[in-house]
Amino acid sequence: MTDALLQIEGLSKRFGGVVASDDISLDVPKRELHAIIGPNGGGKTTLIGELAGEIVPDDGRIRFDGDDITGLSIYRRSALGLARSFQITSLFLDFTALDNVALAVQAHSGHSFRFWRNARRDPELREPACAALARVGLAQRADVMVANLSHGEHRQLEIAMALATKPRMLLLDEPMAGMGPEESARMVRTLRELKQELTILLVEHDMEAVFALADRITVLVYGRVIASGTPEAIRANVEVRQAYLGEQEVAGHG
Amino acid sequence: MTAWFTLRNVVVAGLLIVLALVPVYASVTGNAFLMTLFTRIVILAMAATSLNLILGYGGMVSFGHAVYLGFGGYAVGILAQEGMASGFLQWPMALAASALFALIVGALSLRTRGVYFIMITLAFAQLAYYFAVGLERYGGDDGLTIQRRSQFAGLINLSNRTVFYYLCLLLLVGTIYLVWRLANSRFGLVIQGSRSNDRRMQAIGFPTYRYRLVSFVIAGTICGFAGALLANHTGFISPAIMHWTRSGDLIVMVVLGGMASSFGPLIGAVALLVLEETLPPLIRLIAFPFVEQPVALKISEYWQIVLGPLFLLVVLFARGGINGLLKAVGRD
Repeated sequence: MTDALLQIEGLSKRFGGVVASDDISLDVPKRELHAIIGPNGGGKTTLIGELAGEIVPDDGRIRFDGDDITGLSIYRRSALGLARSFQITSLFLDFTALDNVALAVQAHSGHSFRFWRNARRDPELREPACAALARVGLAQRADVMVANLSHGEHRQLEIAMALATKPRMLLLDEPMAGMGPEESARMVRTLRELKQELTILLVEHDMEAVFALADRITVLVYGRVIASGTPEAIRANVEVRQAYLGEQEVAGHG
Repeated sequence: MTAWFTLRNVVVAGLLIVLALVPVYASVTGNAFLMTLFTRIVILAMAATSLNLILGYGGMVSFGHAVYLGFGGYAVGILAQEGMASGFLQWPMALAASALFALIVGALSLRTRGVYFIMITLAFAQLAYYFAVGLERYGGDDGLTIQRRSQFAGLINLSNRTVFYYLCLLLLVGTIYLVWRLANSRFGLVIQGSRSNDRRMQAIGFPTYRYRLVSFVIAGTICGFAGALLANHTGFISPAIMHWTRSGDLIVMVVLGGMASSFGPLIGAVALLVLEETLPPLIRLIAFPFVEQPVALKISEYWQIVLGPLFLLVVLFARGGINGLLKAVGRD
């Protein structure tokens, strides 16, 4: 697969006796939404951490757009266009929503050794930030302190921040965790729009969302890939059914 | 946001007017002590303002900030001792020495977080303190008397108390403006973002270490400047200027006045130093009707027993210090 944006080869990671990544290999082609599912402790968040550069794998290789990024620092990967959102909301709580997104814009508009101009009045930062907020439906909440936003709004804001870094690929770690049905539906709509132009790796527990959005699904159990394929193939896979998907749940989607 | 006529702004404006009028009042009443006190307040407010850049905006709890007062002060003192009284030499040296030391301390300490950061900055400050104690040639523990104030080739006469006071005040206002510009620039937002959530800052693409280091050096340099002024003011420099309790005083000023606010450190410096001067006589006055004079005098030595709880109350109940308190009261 030559046009794969993200290529993972033989990625392995142990924490003491626990194997968090066990020889994981997978390719994510451009403009595909690739979902990672699996039971808790399956190694999903570890994988996202390895891709984002927070966790150093023991073995294996990560290529992004053909370049080996396995040893690159977090901010270098971000500069290349790999943006992650966090499973546990990790925002700047004492800043406004717009400030949060503007910081993400700033991170990708040259160095920040600019000491004099008021950055909060810089249209170069504020305008793209407003646009990103509008895309996730938070335009009205721009000036609200993030600590005062709802959980669902936090998740939307996470996406807006990832978008503001003008990424080529999004790494989304459970963007729907803890969301109510309406909020989830809104997030699915947002992601469906985003996948028109972006490559997305999605870790998610919400099966309804995963099967609605994913082009391909990989199932991780104990750090090992037990299946990878189209949503139909995954649904039909016996091993996956036994390991993870409850029979009724699969039937419900059938 | 656009309302200028708030309680806090009135207080700040009033404070600045009072500071500007101190020499006038002092010369009318012939109160020289007042000049001495307020020159000291203005200089330490400048040091506290520099600390606010890293402590208030950057969340870096440096417990050794007074060390730069020492570097600035000793640069002036040592050069004066060696017969080089020119301010054109002394002051740049004071800034350079402070900047260099801040670079070293920052480069090592900023790789750590929390308590470790506090301990490393403290350790470096103590290192410099004991080094100064060992400087026999420059007075060691006893310190060094500076015979002449920095000379500026007749351009400005620092020996004139009024001129010197207004120079310090001007530099303080300049520092407050500078820190305000810095804090709200792109650079400042990186520092503030890093205080709020450093991990996330890196994840969105900021190499935060280098920005924090630069802010650390800027803060140290400004504080070194204040140190050069302080040495000129007192005509004396000793290791005591960089004792860790002095660093503690600077932190108290910033926290008491209001972290991450432009005028907070100034308010805090005024509050702390004025209380330091007025609490003992006040306690004596209150205690006198009840006890003998010597006993009242003894009691007033424990003025910190009053200051401590006051500080606690502000920290516990006024988020954002006195500055935050004024803002909150003004809003109601």
